[in-house]
Amino acid sequence: MPTVEVKNLVKNFGTTKAVKGISFTITEGEIFGLIGPNGAGKTTALRVMSTLLQINSGEVKIMEYDVKKQPGEVRKLISYLPEDAGAYKNLTGRAYLRFIANFFNEKNTQKMVEKGIEIADLGERIDDKVDTYSKGMKRRLLVGRALMTDPKLAILDEPTSGLDVINAQEIRKIIKDTARKGTTVLLSSHNMLEVEYLCNRIALIDEGKIVEEGKPQVLMEKYNANNIEEVFTRVVK
Amino acid sequence: MSALGNIIKKEIKELLTPTTILPIVVMAVIFGSMGNAIGGLEEKSQETPVIGFIDVDNSNLSAIVTSILNNYSDVVFNSSEISDKQEGLETIKEADGAALFIIPQNFTVNIRNETPGEIEIYWIMKGAGITDAISSGAVEQLIYTINTNISRELIQESATVNATLALNPTVRNEITYFKEKEMPGLSPGAIVGMLSSQSMLIPIVMMMIIIMAGNMVISSMALEKENKTLETLLTLPVKRTSIVTGKIVASAVIGLLLSVIYMIGMSYYFQGFGMSEGANLADYGLVLTSQDLVLVGISLFITLIAALSLCMLLGTFAKNYKSAQTLTVPISMLAMVPMFITMFVDFDTMPLALKTLLFAIPFSHPMIAPRALLFNDYLLVIGGIVYVTIFALVTISIVVWVFKTDRLLTGSVKRKKSLFFRKRT
Repeated sequence: MPTVEVKNLVKNFGTTKAVKGISFTITEGEIFGLIGPNGAGKTTALRVMSTLLQINSGEVKIMEYDVKKQPGEVRKLISYLPEDAGAYKNLTGRAYLRFIANFFNEKNTQKMVEKGIEIADLGERIDDKVDTYSKGMKRRLLVGRALMTDPKLAILDEPTSGLDVINAQEIRKIIKDTARKGTTVLLSSHNMLEVEYLCNRIALIDEGKIVEEGKPQVLMEKYNANNIEEVFTRVVK
Repeated sequence: MSALGNIIKKEIKELLTPTTILPIVVMAVIFGSMGNAIGGLEEKSQETPVIGFIDVDNSNLSAIVTSILNNYSDVVFNSSEISDKQEGLETIKEADGAALFIIPQNFTVNIRNETPGEIEIYWIMKGAGITDAISSGAVEQLIYTINTNISRELIQESATVNATLALNPTVRNEITYFKEKEMPGLSPGAIVGMLSSQSMLIPIVMMMIIIMAGNMVISSMALEKENKTLETLLTLPVKRTSIVTGKIVASAVIGLLLSVIYMIGMSYYFQGFGMSEGANLADYGLVLTSQDLVLVGISLFITLIAALSLCMLLGTFAKNYKSAQTLTVPISMLAMVPMFITMFVDFDTMPLALKTLLFAIPFSHPMIAPRALLFNDYLLVIGGIVYVTIFALVTISIVVWVFKTDRLLTGSVKRKKSLFFRKRT
């Protein structure tokens, strides 16, 4: 059973066609990357899968739950990290993680919070107000928040956005470890090195359509490219 | 285009948005309607009072009284038989009149014997708003003219007339009929004064709570958007209804807390006024029972929920904290309009259009309720509670629906289109 099954997904905003019938599947424990230029429809596709936007046509299933018909069930399985997400400024990092954990399993709240604290790795600053955090610290807290719930599917929009090289590397490692433990990851990224390092499979999306899909290594061979960046450029051209 | 022109064009484009214009249009329409209503009241104040009189005394000093009444008022009932009193009252009620004057026997004799002559005044009071006292004010003016003319007559007759009598040649024995109640010794002006000082508390407190708690809800929505926390919240395993209800209830709790603080302060403030009135409404049976207070409490609570639901709906349109501030304007106006109207006009004596407008504004009901309950108008209060409950439920349903649509995150389709091309990847 695939964790994610997308069939002919169409999403319009008025007369603007943002996603024009994309289809793909992601299996359990896989890290799947959605790659594309600005305005290609990556974030829109991720938002649809996160139950934030309504579908115009097509079908999206997460663990066999229909996103359109059973959004409540889908939300129990997923964790979404938006690209420009924020946290409540007046809460401390710990209080924010507890606030989120309370929506999940009441019995394991403390365990969940501890896991979030471990992923965020903010040291003593976890007890400071979010308002005092740097952009990188905020992002680490949000990654911790997204992964502490052990979601079946983690939807990460630019997960290392705003992080420095060292922090970004740590987050990538955490994502890989999370996938190894069984969480399926769907991510979007502009960082081609990141995509190459992290993803088992990728889909290149351009103007709302998937133009290429496959394992990074296979695609590089197919397009006789040295890296995904070259693949991307050749496909889009 | 010059640099200055370019900046002006850009600023106007940014400032001239529907969220800026709409509240002003709403305010203009509301002020326009209020202007028409107040214009009507001004006309009313210039009308001669409608009265009736029974001159049982029928002598030369009572003739002064009747002549002034005939000259300066619209007399719809005129008799010399005390037995016609009931008929006179009915006639005046039908003619929408203000008072029935009775000049008892021995009016002139008493004055001649240096005892002030008694004039019985039976007031017909229709409403307890400040403007409802206009017609009774005109009648008060008639009484003043009567006294002046009798004084002049007494002085002309004898230069050595008792000065105290010359200054106050008549005394009033008055009874006011108001909404099935008979209140001896009180004029409509005095009743309006007492009622308005007591019933001003709830409208002011209600307006303050709505503005403050409403601002909290709208700002909370705007901050969720501005701080980019809304998207995360909407993907958590929590029902949209719980998010909406949670925000409304939290603001309602804070709103009620604020209202308690305000009520304590304001009640002390109004107590100061009450002490100088010299009469107590409770002596006339005008007191709220515990059952009435429960109804006022329910009305207040339901209205607060309705107000906050409406604010929540407006909050879904807020793009950021700045735009949220603009969105609080229509709410403030909606809270202020019933406050001012109920202070000046009694619900019962309003023109139908104003009555409908006031009833339609959910915030009016707790403002109307205390006075209505004093006069046992339970239908109006319970009807109001039912209406506001339906209003709140419908508004909450609309908010929950908005929460389930793309609109909450994307705004209008047109805006989304441009955002998509600029920001979305």
